[in-house]
Amino acid sequence: MNNTVSLGCLTNGSFALVTELVAEGLTRRRLLDLGLVPGTKVEVIRRSPVGDPIAFGIRGAVIALRKEVANKVLVNPL
Amino acid sequence: MGLTSQSTGRSTTREIFNIKRNNNEPVIALAGNPNTGKSTLFNALTGLRQHTGNWPGKTVLRAEGSFIHNGRRYTLIDLPGTYSLLANSADEEVARDFICFAKPDATVVVVDATCLERNLNLVLQVMEITSKVIVCVNLIDEARRKKLRVDADKLSKKLGVPVITTAARSGEGLPRLMDVISDVVWGRLTPKPKLVRYTGEVEEAIARLEPKVRAAVGDGINARWVALRLLDGDTKLVQAMEKFLSEKEIVRVAQEVLA
Ligand SMILES: Nc1nc2c(ncn2[C@@H]2O[C@H](COP(=O)(O)OP(=O)(O)OP(=O)(O)O)[C@@H](O)[C@H]2O)c(=O)[nH]1
Ligand SMILES: [Mg+2]
Repeated sequence: MNNTVSLGCLTNGSFALVTELVAEGLTRRRLLDLGLVPGTKVEVIRRSPVGDPIAFGIRGAVIALRKEVANKVLVNPL
Repeated sequence: MGLTSQSTGRSTTREIFNIKRNNNEPVIALAGNPNTGKSTLFNALTGLRQHTGNWPGKTVLRAEGSFIHNGRRYTLIDLPGTYSLLANSADEEVARDFICFAKPDATVVVVDATCLERNLNLVLQVMEITSKVIVCVNLIDEARRKKLRVDADKLSKKLGVPVITTAARSGEGLPRLMDVISDVVWGRLTPKPKLVRYTGEVEEAIARLEPKVRAAVGDGINARWVALRLLDGDTKLVQAMEKFLSEKEIVRVAQEVLA
């Protein structure tokens, strides 16, 4: 049951549940404020042409995150 | 210190924010997540009595207007949409500084009825700064279309502040919203926000810090909230306090804590 990956690695159209944030300070705060608390369901919506940033569906809003930041969110793919 | 510096501090702060007001008109702020209908609500309430202006030293546009309710005029400020008030971006800083330092007579937090949960984070944050909060659950028509029911009374009891449902685009609920705004402004209704209680360790640290903060800034700014932000290592808030409060003592207290 241990298939935890970082959010930035998922393909478009996939869903995952947040398990943990590996960021600290302001970045952590920002991710929490966007609603990325453990247990939250996230959808990978699309990528910009260069693959970064990535648009995610989080609690009813579409939010773009830089890949570097998205990778600080650990998830279990659904 | 004391009353005089408080009251002058407040009016100078409002001057810094460039609010044009006559005869001590009450100032109402509209806060909320992006895309919750703040500007639509703003336009519906103010009609054509609006203009956009610039925040001092910032390029963030904001709109200011006014509306008249029961013969009294109210100034309305449309703040930028944010998910948080913790000042990670220019928009968040503008919204936070306004609520914190311009001290509106009431802050209406506009939330999206179709995704309430994500919106309540900001509501809780605003409630930590000011008690004069009204929650406006907008897009209630969209919620109905999606067969979502919002129990405004229950939400109001849980939060401790008034909750009004609206559909700003069609004008539904706006007379009631204005009634409640005026009730809060004129003290006929006193919101009693139910604040987040943190773990014992954090609450103890707050309890130790809060009196020091209060001694340094008086009632110019919510001492519990400042204590929390200092414990979180928020240096930007200290910079903002240096800018907006004439009281320098807080900077010393803050440096002590952050050290
Ligand atoms: N159905 C419905 N649509 C609404 C309502 N209020 C606003 N809208 C629509 O929602 C969209 C966003 O409205 P805005 O007023 O621009 O939202 P905002 O909160 O000012 O957005 P930001 O300034 O970007 O944070 C617009 O298309 C509005 O027409 C409402 O009560 N019902
Ligand atoms: Mg707007």
